[in-house]
Amino acid sequence: MIATLFEPFGYSFFNNGLAVATLAGALCGLLGVFVVLRGMSYIGHGLSHAVFGGAAASAVVGINYFIGAGIWAVVSGVLIGRIARRRIIGADAAIGVVTTASFAIGLALLNRYGQAKKSIEAVLFGSVLGVQPADIWAVSIVAVLVGLLVIAFYRRLLFATFDPDVAQVTGVKVAWVEALVMMMLSLTILVTMRVIGTLLISALLVIPAATSRMLTNSFARMLWISPVLGAVSGFVGMNASYHLDTSASATVILVAAIGFVVVYAATGLRGRVRVAHVHHI
Amino acid sequence: MNALAVPQALVECHELTCAYDGSVAVDDVSMAVRRGDFVGIVGPSGSGKTTLLKAVLGSIPPASGHVHRLQGLTMAYVPQVESVDWNFPVTVLETVIMTRSRNGWWPRTTKDERDHAERVLHRLGLVDVAERHIRELSGGQQQRVFIARALFHRPELLVLDEPTSGVDVRTRHEVLHLLADLHDEGLSIVLTTHDLNGLAAHLPRVVCINKRIIADGAPRDVLTPVVLEKTYGAEMEVLIHGGMPVVLESGADHVARRLSNLTTF
Repeated sequence: MIATLFEPFGYSFFNNGLAVATLAGALCGLLGVFVVLRGMSYIGHGLSHAVFGGAAASAVVGINYFIGAGIWAVVSGVLIGRIARRRIIGADAAIGVVTTASFAIGLALLNRYGQAKKSIEAVLFGSVLGVQPADIWAVSIVAVLVGLLVIAFYRRLLFATFDPDVAQVTGVKVAWVEALVMMMLSLTILVTMRVIGTLLISALLVIPAATSRMLTNSFARMLWISPVLGAVSGFVGMNASYHLDTSASATVILVAAIGFVVVYAATGLRGRVRVAHVHHI
Repeated sequence: MNALAVPQALVECHELTCAYDGSVAVDDVSMAVRRGDFVGIVGPSGSGKTTLLKAVLGSIPPASGHVHRLQGLTMAYVPQVESVDWNFPVTVLETVIMTRSRNGWWPRTTKDERDHAERVLHRLGLVDVAERHIRELSGGQQQRVFIARALFHRPELLVLDEPTSGVDVRTRHEVLHLLADLHDEGLSIVLTTHDLNGLAAHLPRVVCINKRIIADGAPRDVLTPVVLEKTYGAEMEVLIHGGMPVVLESGADHVARRLSNLTTF
């Protein structure tokens, strides 16, 4: 029994995948706090779809994925900003237009020029088992960078996330802080997309943060609970996927979702108990 | 010098015009906020009250004219309670010390910051709820938390947007008394309000605007039927009660509104 549990650790491809999935979980969990609290989960969703176009284009043209998709993500971000400025359209529609078009370009390019099916599937659902050392490096570097930036900008990030108008008046450069969040988000999506896949990355940006919000009323505590939940989801999900023979990224998301449901039920129950106590008084 | 005769201007607007998407929100406004002022800006919805406030704070640029702020002036802004995200995960203490973001970057609260926060919380009667989540407070406490946050970074000018909108009578009194105390202690205050009788009539200076300044002065001189009709575009009566003006909407206006409602439903 125990031997079966440890069986996957004998394969280096599994260990690589496990390391990246755990790190990616922590990273997405950390940034997810801002995504969830600012109500911008659609941006995470959209950006990951936009990056897909960049990934496909760079594969076809034959340039490095990180450079090609990185440039593509920045261009999409700028386009979204420009289109959203026309008030009649609005940011959510602008994101919808730019990112789905970008996604469609990616699909068309892969159909026409790519090695077709295999790579499309890899990008949509990720391929934890195809993880290369470069991915481990990329995720590690971005995780450390994002961690340091969140610590260094903690005060400004908190103020600008909670109350941008007043932060601005108090001297926080809110536009810069927002650009910083977008940059961290783009980097995170860029390095984790090949692991988790376009379709599921937005889930990892939302679920651990939403779960941690139910567990605490403190922003500071959310900033460590959410990455821990993300990392645990990555670790447990990877192992479960090996034993259950299910898609790695899907299993990671399912583990995170089960955590959400358990906490949702438990905190709901606790709330009801509290109400019952109040009624007794 | 004449510094004693006329207090120093903290913020001065000269022929200020502000516009959103080509439509003018504030038109040719010239006014000064001086040290020791306690000013209420009143006017109907869409009259440019909040825009003027934001121009004073410097968070929107003038389309023409200019706003001059005293060099080194510290201002603090208290937003409308309705605009606050009450589900955001912060405690009262965390909210109050938020303005420290200009002091440095170290994430942990320093001892100095904590001591100062405690003084402010004590001053505003919030010590007992310091560790509570902001949603778990009464209406008056919620309003005071944001005033506490503004006071935390020791402003010379306190700017409030509709401090009594959506609050009950008791909370309104509480806020008004608190602001009067702060003003007595030397703080200069500018606020906007819809509430002519509950708030504006109690202030030493009232500015009526409807894009342009209609009148600027003491409530007794400003809250008159002529000025109010120019400001609100509706007939109003003014009674003097206990030396203070009390504004009444004219009856005809009321009846007309009720009848037009009846025909719609």
